[in-house]
Parts: sequence; structure tokens; C-alpha cells
Amino acid sequence: MSAKFLIDTSYFIVSMLFILGLKSMSSPVTARRGIVWAGLGMVLATMVTFAWPGMGNFALMVIALVVGGGAAWWSGKVVKMTDMPQMVAIYNGMGGGAAAAIAAVEFAKGDMHGMVVTALAALGALIGAVSFSGSCIAFAKLQGIMKKTFRLPAQNAVNVILSAITLLMGTVIVLSGHPTALLLVMFFMLALALGAIITMPIGGADMPVVISLFNAFTGLAVGFEGFVLANPALIIAGIVVGAAGSLLTQLMAKAMNRSLTNILFNPITGEAQGSGAGIIGTMKEVTALDAAAMMRYAHKVLIVPGYGMAVAQAQHKVWEMAKLLEEAGVEVKFAIHPVAGRMPGHMNVLLAEAGVPYDKIYDLEEINAEFPQADVVLVIGANDVVNPAARIDKSSPIYGMPILNADQAQNVIVIKRGKGAGYSGIENSLFYAENTHLLYGNAQQAVNEVIRNIKEISS
Amino acid sequence: MESFAALYIFMLAAFTGYVVISRVPVILHTPLMSGSNFVHGVVLVGAMVQLGLATTPLEQTIGFIGVMLGAANAAGGYVVTERMLAMFKREKSGK
Repeated sequence: MSAKFLIDTSYFIVSMLFILGLKSMSSPVTARRGIVWAGLGMVLATMVTFAWPGMGNFALMVIALVVGGGAAWWSGKVVKMTDMPQMVAIYNGMGGGAAAAIAAVEFAKGDMHGMVVTALAALGALIGAVSFSGSCIAFAKLQGIMKKTFRLPAQNAVNVILSAITLLMGTVIVLSGHPTALLLVMFFMLALALGAIITMPIGGADMPVVISLFNAFTGLAVGFEGFVLANPALIIAGIVVGAAGSLLTQLMAKAMNRSLTNILFNPITGEAQGSGAGIIGTMKEVTALDAAAMMRYAHKVLIVPGYGMAVAQAQHKVWEMAKLLEEAGVEVKFAIHPVAGRMPGHMNVLLAEAGVPYDKIYDLEEINAEFPQADVVLVIGANDVVNPAARIDKSSPIYGMPILNADQAQNVIVIKRGKGAGYSGIENSLFYAENTHLLYGNAQQAVNEVIRNIKEISS
Repeated sequence: MESFAALYIFMLAAFTGYVVISRVPVILHTPLMSGSNFVHGVVLVGAMVQLGLATTPLEQTIGFIGVMLGAANAAGGYVVTERMLAMFKREKSGK
């Protein structure tokens, strides 16, 4: 059996494993099996490639594999669950960088076969480099290394002009056949700068969508370089991910009710927070006993969980409290905002883990009309998703985002760790409202206190 | 014919990706993003070939960086996805 046949067969199997793996990952029941299949595909692809005819530099290859793979494996293992999004971003950026590197080696060899291949190599390099630098910025922002959002004057014009110049330079490279080294270096530099400049003004709340977009970019770049290398595994995996990632990006943007153009060209900067206009009143504290009594004697309580519940791992306690209230004859429902937490679906996963039945969990559209009838809304570590500014304050950066209308309830109790602003750094007038009371503390301890008090009242 | 075959592959692969993702519940958006991030880590294989066939120091350097980045994409992507999906394993007791 020749090495060529072995490699071709393996790549075929690898492509199938990737597609089946992704398919399995799109259903909660089979998701864990899916990643294992895709993982097997990756191992097979890597092993069999060592048999590629005519290759050398094996020592270098193994060192690079061990260093790159080992560092990423370790960092992925130790990272906190809440820091996952930025890790996805940085790994994705590295994939984009690898695609750009493939193109760079091809250009350095200088023996491109025809204009179409050169064009694909250049396009893949451009997209890959943009994804690389853009993802690095996204990582830096989510990790808190880069705190501020930079917005150039006439940002959109700069974006468009820079894109045009980079594309033009790519065209010159393709047409010239034998581009000079200087032209190539400038092309890669410009592409890197482009990715960084596009990403810099985008705020934290929009980041998941942007990361997903760069994920699709890297997929496309990998696919294009696959055509350049005539490597079917790269082509299939890259293009499948490119298409799937594009669709996923749209779905995510839709869940947040933000269009992609809005996110890229009209970003939430989080700097307009200074406005904070229209915030009147003071934050009023409430004791766990009062909170317990308010809920115990209510007819209807809606619970709005957020990132704070996830951090404190309070989901089990919250469900325990909900059950106590139900025993006392209170109607309890969970209201989930699509982007509550740091990842879409974050809250659903946690509540499911605690054993909350699906028919008690309601989406934004299903529950929003019920807030005016609720006696108490209990907000647990959520902020931006209940900020009325999104509905009323045109100057607010989150204006237009659909929110849970907690402010329309009779009473609002907010469990909150401190007095600070939320993830996006925007002040929340709900916390100052007449009918809002704050219960300070870690979500798990606070809910525990409430549980204790409900039991005392009931006994 | 060659280039047309490539076009067909492109079209079918794009369609496959689209179909695989459509009608996915919101709770799986992030794990899927992470999972597809892992899958394009196969770029590692392309980088390995480039490094393996590299002859000049420049090509070797860029190829080396490529393999390192590709390996990080694959390894990191796998670990993170695996950990995210582990959340779907229902705990036996409510603690």
C-alpha cells in the first residue's frame, strides 16, 4: 500500500468524522460523542501526515507540535469556565495565523501554479491574518488586558479605505505573478493591521458574535489554503466550518437582536456610560428576611438569573428556594434572556444541571408580557439584560437590545455582589428605581439566607 | 475539469456546513462555535506539509510558526470544547 493511498484514504475518513462530529454537536444528547469523533479525526489526520512523501524537518515539526499543542492543551485545562470565550478566540486566531503562514511559505517558494491558485492563497492569507490579529484583540479585551475601547475618528471610513488598499495590493500580487518581497511583507502587515483596527472599537457584549465571525473567517482561510495545497482534509473541514460559522454568527446576532453590520460598524463602546442621565434615586438595601417575606406572600415570582448566579454556582440553591416558594402556593417562573451570562444558553445549561424542569424556564418573548403581573422579580446577578435604558434611553450604547422588563413588576429584588456597573460598564437605572431593593452578597450565600428565612416564616 | 471539481467540492462542503448547523438550539451555540473552531484546527496538517517540504531557513521559520499555531488551535480547541460539553452531563444528585 503506497503512502499516497494511505493518506488519501485517511483524509477521506477524517473528513467524514469531522462532518459527523459537527452534526452530533448540534444536539444536546449527542454533543459529547461529537467532539470525541472529531478528535479522533484530528489524531488520524496528524499521524498519517508524517507519511507524506518527500518530507523532511521532522525534528522541527515535532518540536512545534509539542510546544504549540502542549501549551494550548495546558492553558485550556486550567482556564476557569467563565474565561472560556476568550480562549476560543485565541485558539481560533492561531488557526487563522497558521493559514496565513501556509500562504506565506507558498509565496516564499515563489512557484505558484497559475493565477487562480495565487488568488486563493492571497485571499486565504488576508482572511487568516485578519482573523489572527482580530482574535488577539478580542482575547485581550475579554481577558481584561485591554480595558478601553479605541475608536478612531471616522472609524468606518478608515475601515473601508484600509480594506480597499489591502485588496488592491492583493490584486497586484496576483496579477504580477512574481511579487517582490517588499510587496508581500506590506500585504501581510496591512492585513494584520486591518483585523486589529476593525476589532478595537467593539465592546465586550458583542464579542461572542465577533469571535464567531472570526471563527468562520478562519474556516474559509483554511479551506482556501486547502485548495492551494490540494489537500482535501483542509478543503472540506475549512469550507464546512466557514459555512457553519457564518450561519452560527447570524443566529447569535439574531438572538441578541443586533445585525452584523450594526456590530461591526456601530459598536457598543461602553464609553457612552458617562451619560447615565436620568438616573434618580438611591440604591435601597433590603435584608434577607424582608426579601423572604416579600416572596413568600407573593402570588407570582419571576426569577431572572445572570452571570452572578453562574459565578457563585448558586443554581442548586435557587431551585431549592423556588421549590419552597411553590410549596407555599407561590407561582414561580424562570425568565431567561438569550445572552444572560457570558455565552448564549449559559443559564439554561446551569438550571438544567440543578434539575429545574424545562416547563418552568421561559424565553424573553414568552415571559415579557407577564412582568407587570408579577409581585416580585428576583434578579440574581444579572444587569445589562434588565437595564431599562435599552428601551428608553436613545443615547445608551445598548439602546435597542431587547431586555426583560423587570422594571414593570410591582417589586424588584436584586441580588448583587457590589455597587459596580455590569459587564458592559453601563449604569443601570433599575437599581435606583423606587420599587427596587438590593440584597448585597454572593448569590449562593444570599439565596441560602433567603431560604432559611422562608423556612422560619413558614414554620 | 480539475478546477470544476474544486468548485463542486466547495459548493457541497458549504451546503453541508449550512445544513449541519441549521435548527440548533441556542444552548449549543457556544459549544458549536468552539467545536467548529477545533475542526478548522486541521490547518495543522497543511502547515506540517509546508514545514516538511521547506528548504530555505525562511520557509522553515514560517512553517515552524505555522505548525505551532495550528497545533495550538487543534489542542486548545479540543480541550475547551470537551470541557464545555461536559456541562451537559447531568449531575446524579442535586447536591
